[in-house]
Amino acid sequence: MPGPTTLRRRTSLASVFGILILVAATLSGCTSAPQTPPGMFSFYLGEPQRPLVPGNTTESEGSKIISAVWTPLVTFDVKSRAVTYDGAAQSVTSADNVRWTIKLKPGWTFHDGTPVTAESYVKAWNYTALSTNAQGGSYFFSNIAGYDALQAEDGGKPAATRMSGLHAADPTTIEVTLSAPFAIYPVTLGYSAFDPLPEFFYTDPVAFGKKPVGQGPFQSATEWVPGHGMTLTRYDDYAGKDKAKSRGVVMRMYTELSTGYTDVLAGNLDILKNLPPDAYASAKDVFKDRYLGQPSPDITTLGFPMYDPRYSDVRVRRALSMAIDREAIVDAIFLGTRVAADSFAPPTVVGYRENACGQWCEYRPDEAKRLLAEANFDTSQPVEIWFNAGAGHDGWMTAVGNMFRKIGLTYRLRGNLQFNEFLSKRDAKEMTGPFRLAWIMDYPSIENFLATQYATAALPPAGSNTTFYSNPAFDAALAAGNRARDIADANKAYQRAEDILVNDLPGAPIFYGMDQTVWGKRVSNVHYDIRNDVVLEDVIVDGQAV
Amino acid sequence: MTRFVLRRLLLTIPVLIGASLLIYAMVYALPGDPVRALAGDRPLSPAVQAQIRAEFNLDDPFPVQYAKYIWGLLHGDFGQDFSGRPVLEIIGQRLPVTVKLTIVAVFFEALFGIAAGILASLRRNSFFDNLVLISTTLLVSIPVFVLGFLAQFVFGFKLGWFPIAGVADGWVSYLLPGLVLASLSMAYVARLTRTAMLEAFSADYIRTARAKGVGRSRIVMRHAFRNSLIPVVTFIGADIGSLLGGAIVTESVFNLPGLGRAIFDAVRSQQGPVVVGIVTLMVFFYIFFNLVVDVLYAVIDPRIRYD
Repeated sequence: MPGPTTLRRRTSLASVFGILILVAATLSGCTSAPQTPPGMFSFYLGEPQRPLVPGNTTESEGSKIISAVWTPLVTFDVKSRAVTYDGAAQSVTSADNVRWTIKLKPGWTFHDGTPVTAESYVKAWNYTALSTNAQGGSYFFSNIAGYDALQAEDGGKPAATRMSGLHAADPTTIEVTLSAPFAIYPVTLGYSAFDPLPEFFYTDPVAFGKKPVGQGPFQSATEWVPGHGMTLTRYDDYAGKDKAKSRGVVMRMYTELSTGYTDVLAGNLDILKNLPPDAYASAKDVFKDRYLGQPSPDITTLGFPMYDPRYSDVRVRRALSMAIDREAIVDAIFLGTRVAADSFAPPTVVGYRENACGQWCEYRPDEAKRLLAEANFDTSQPVEIWFNAGAGHDGWMTAVGNMFRKIGLTYRLRGNLQFNEFLSKRDAKEMTGPFRLAWIMDYPSIENFLATQYATAALPPAGSNTTFYSNPAFDAALAAGNRARDIADANKAYQRAEDILVNDLPGAPIFYGMDQTVWGKRVSNVHYDIRNDVVLEDVIVDGQAV
Repeated sequence: MTRFVLRRLLLTIPVLIGASLLIYAMVYALPGDPVRALAGDRPLSPAVQAQIRAEFNLDDPFPVQYAKYIWGLLHGDFGQDFSGRPVLEIIGQRLPVTVKLTIVAVFFEALFGIAAGILASLRRNSFFDNLVLISTTLLVSIPVFVLGFLAQFVFGFKLGWFPIAGVADGWVSYLLPGLVLASLSMAYVARLTRTAMLEAFSADYIRTARAKGVGRSRIVMRHAFRNSLIPVVTFIGADIGSLLGGAIVTESVFNLPGLGRAIFDAVRSQQGPVVVGIVTLMVFFYIFFNLVVDVLYAVIDPRIRYD
């Protein structure tokens, strides 16, 4: 039957061409540039990994949305790094550093119009702490009395759902009883895990995680769509100190930093924090006064496996630390976009002392050689250096290896592990040599860098003490700081703890990061908060504050 | 024909089940602990980690995990990612982007590839023929990310002819990435067309047609081209199947939120149900378009019958 077949064939060919023409017509139809609505600006964001709930978001990208949608209890002065009460709390006081009273400012509302009360905080904190809710920020409440009762033992049911040490005394007063004295408690309250949740959250946590409702300067206007992003608009009834100076933010999600950089060069993207490596050197000249680079509140350390007999002699650890030319790494590998470390905490935290690490963090190869010989270090075996793959660590780790070579050692890079595999091995004492150790600040106190990485209480799996360093004197100094009368006294004790750490050197501090931000001509007044996050509510669009 | 198509479609079911088992096993075998990686340098508290493991059945041995996954699948539950998004929703959001990119890429690939192939075959060893040869060799040898960033910089940034990234401009956003994605296949299509056309020109029926006094354009389009289509259609069909699987590199360079990026993220964070859901869909596309190619054979060449 040739007739009908041919006909059918013709029609199918015709329809194919019809589709092609249609496509071509649609293609040429629209040619507008990507527009950010008037009065709003766009902001680069990587993909958040968890639902957008303050108690559940502990990674950097989701945190940027959280900090725009919520206002924390306390804020910090960028210069002095001291606690200021420009946030949701009026005061945080205690007579004995155990029982704390948090007084809220009255008249705050969530974006859905419901009032913010002390109970909004208490309920949210209990929810976050309860282990069966699987919230990432649970550990932030572990110092409150009764926290342990909310933790389920291996698949069981928790004994309680409310922490015994947490009460709402009246609508603007939260009473917290800690399980041990903690002098710097108010400092920790700046973290987003302490933000309140509206009743709406408990009715539909999944919907909330896509379109969060807070009490901050911006409110969610759209859902977060993975790969696309979300839009935040100004919250006109914001009760805080400074309302947003723009109409809103378009959070635009990218996977490639380079693409974001090209977009900001072309003026399609307004603000880009973090630069692609090939722009490190040139960005400052290209953007001139639209560039901001500041040392970031983090530290990268070369940790030593304290459980490995080969590194148990402190002279070996000191030698390896002194073999590293930190300035050379910063200049040659990072083109000046890192800062050589001279302490166990970055300069951006309260309690930091310049050159606290002293001679052990200086480049002294001859002394290093002498110490190695004195400790009878076995130089026939290579020093194995561990780090995670695909995250840009190869360069500086190779440099470290070559510096070891200069003091008569050989080295072997163990940098082919994916991040999760690396973390698992590090927790399981499987590092056979120095390894990458990094920490980003939760709150601006030196305590945050010491206790979380080196205290006995922070040994895995509960914490991040992956060098498995354990020294009762160090723990005692930290505890003394926690019991101190005030923050100044506490810092003195923490610094004593750091001195002990310097003497034992379970890790060699290498460098602090640097946060670089560039922005387009549409926006101005771009600056960082204490965490080096861009203060989104202060950004001005087209030179006109709303 | 209908029976043939039905039989082939039925055969995809065991293939898909096999593929999902294989993929699930591979994700399971990936080293490292996905829950440990969720939190980075600061681990989640042990009780929270245990809770998440239980939620996603991560503590179960492989057969149990897979059985639970299939059981959910039979009840219409495709699972969810670590942020609680259903896999179906992820596919629903990402698939349109990938489909649009594929349409544009295949459009360019077919249009330019076939046109260049025909023209080159008509003027064999001419300047144009050599130009096609050299330019296709060049395109095939440049890695796609180099081509992507180069095109983005020159045509998007310097000249401003195309949007640089994102999908905010509708179809226009897909022009440049589509061209970049098509460039490699375009080269193959051009060469396949050229060779097949040259072969056809030397065939007896062309000589007969010429002897009958059939016009040149009719000989080229109706006789030679039609008969050279089979290898080209085979290639393009297979290409559609693989392009629908998502082009990770092109999608990343041009910031298109398609399936490729979703699968890349899911593999990296070891989210079994997401990987299996998306990859099984890819396998299905691949099988489906190969079936379409087989059906097209019969349309192009009446001598081929499936009954």
